[in-house]
Amino acid sequence: MSSIQAKNLTLSYGQKAIFSNLDLQIPAGKITVFIGSNGCGKSTLLRSLARLMKPTEGSILLDGSQIAKLSSKEVARKLAILPQGPIAPEGLTVHQLVKQGRYPYQSWLQQWSHEDEKLVKKALEVTHMSELSNRSVDSLSGGQRQRAWIAMTLAQNTPTILLDEPTTYLDMTHQIEILDLLFDLNEQENRTIVMVLHDINLACRYAHHIVAVKNGRIHAQGEPGVIMNKQLIRDVFDMECQVTADPLFGTPLCIPHGKGRKLATPLNKAL
Amino acid sequence: MDTLLTTRSRKIAGLIALFLFFVAGMICSIAFGVTNISWRTILLSYTEFNGSQEHLIIQNARMPRAFIAAAAGASLAVAGALMQGITRNQLASPSLFGINAGAAFFIVVGSAFFGASGMSAFATLAFIGAAFTSILVYVLGSIGNDGLTPLKVTLAGAALTAFFSSLSLGVLLTGGQTFDQVLYWFVGSVAGRDMNIFSAAAPFTAIALIGALFLARHMNVLALGEDVAVGLGQKTIYIKLAAGIIIVLLAGGSVSMAGPIAFVGIIVPHLTRYLVGIDYRWIIPYCAVLGSILLLAADIGSRYILFPKEVPIGVMTAIIGVPFFVYIARKGGGTLNE
Repeated sequence: MSSIQAKNLTLSYGQKAIFSNLDLQIPAGKITVFIGSNGCGKSTLLRSLARLMKPTEGSILLDGSQIAKLSSKEVARKLAILPQGPIAPEGLTVHQLVKQGRYPYQSWLQQWSHEDEKLVKKALEVTHMSELSNRSVDSLSGGQRQRAWIAMTLAQNTPTILLDEPTTYLDMTHQIEILDLLFDLNEQENRTIVMVLHDINLACRYAHHIVAVKNGRIHAQGEPGVIMNKQLIRDVFDMECQVTADPLFGTPLCIPHGKGRKLATPLNKAL
Repeated sequence: MDTLLTTRSRKIAGLIALFLFFVAGMICSIAFGVTNISWRTILLSYTEFNGSQEHLIIQNARMPRAFIAAAAGASLAVAGALMQGITRNQLASPSLFGINAGAAFFIVVGSAFFGASGMSAFATLAFIGAAFTSILVYVLGSIGNDGLTPLKVTLAGAALTAFFSSLSLGVLLTGGQTFDQVLYWFVGSVAGRDMNIFSAAAPFTAIALIGALFLARHMNVLALGEDVAVGLGQKTIYIKLAAGIIIVLLAGGSVSMAGPIAFVGIIVPHLTRYLVGIDYRWIIPYCAVLGSILLLAADIGSRYILFPKEVPIGVMTAIIGVPFFVYIARKGGGTLNE
């Protein structure tokens, strides 16, 4: 298990600061979800944790050492990142894609080993992509495609996986499929998962730890059941809502106010 | 996209077959031409050179011609494949980096103001011009926070190409002299060069081709996108820089040997991807061999199409290339943001 920590972090695009002097500890072995409105900086924060973006000040600590001072391949053996909406080159097969996940373990001397082969096979199995492994990535459905990319990050065999909006553009079935897969990875293999999600209700259902981001600050963080309430949604999303318990899991369920049609006849009880 | 050669053994077999084609192409390029020379005389020109006109044609005209066609073809094709990878634009080719326009500009200025003439002087000027322009394009394309991006490098290349082309034309028009030699160079040709031009460029070309083979594995990772590549632990800036240097050596070497030959850098990588898919470890060797074959064939064809007159090879590749280019563009291969 590895630990990720942001210390006194300042992130900026050009002159404009996105985050200033931010401290954050990602709980190890847990699922952490960043939520917040569009443009609040949650993706920026996630990217900086994966050294895709250099901080102007402060540092990211991976297992206690500064990420900027570690070799990039060393980082890639501890932490995998799936950026938002990755695009595979036309004609790349699933198997070829997943094999690239072994890149951080290869060098001039060490090309392709038995271990590499084994981990690629396992990554394909876990994501249920074995049967599709010779298909080209661009011919797959959105959900399958996302699973192929997740398989690539799994082949990296890192204790920590970061994902930037892994469910965006997917229909509900495929969203659940992806999140269930990540849930299992956390439960069964104790991997630390950090992701950005747009759906607050799914975030509450799958996360151990929620980080609510607003205007370049961490507005609140903690267990969903503890921190999630009307006031938080009002503050972070600028939206009125009612929070009840999810009938299946008991996790917080936000029902937005706003407009809507009232049903003329009550719902059938048998529903 | 389905590829033709799917298994490893088929790819190896294909490469060997193409290599044999390449050898055959070299032999044909030396054997066939306007002057009919017997096989026996050709062999004797190597073993017992006697200075006769036929021996001179083989050793001083056709030999350099075949070697330059092969080296330029391989260079252009591999440079094109690397460029298409770096810019993520399937229509990219050496002319995109402003390489041809820069080489032409240096030659025009060299001959208008410094009295440069002859193919050897042109070769040196072309290489310096190509290197200078591509470095400029590279720097311009890297300005800004996000470093080298496909869109910026394409824009910088287009802008500098237009700039240098205008300047070249300006000098040509106002110079008042006739620049027959320069105009002949502008079309691109492998004829009329001696072996020294090949020997001067060959070491750079060889080093760059070997470098491209070593780079192949890293290009595969870079093709997944900047963020994914960095996430996998790649120092993308070094890979792009190495690719840039290799492109300059290859494209600069080719333009210095043969002038601006268009379309080989686009056609061959596409043909290659159709044959072996998108793994650069196969693309690079296939491009090298196929590029050589294409230019050798185009050059042999250029001797017979208006026989006994010769068509410059640059015209030949353009005739083959333009329909191909339109075909790719229609397929939608030009998207920059993929």
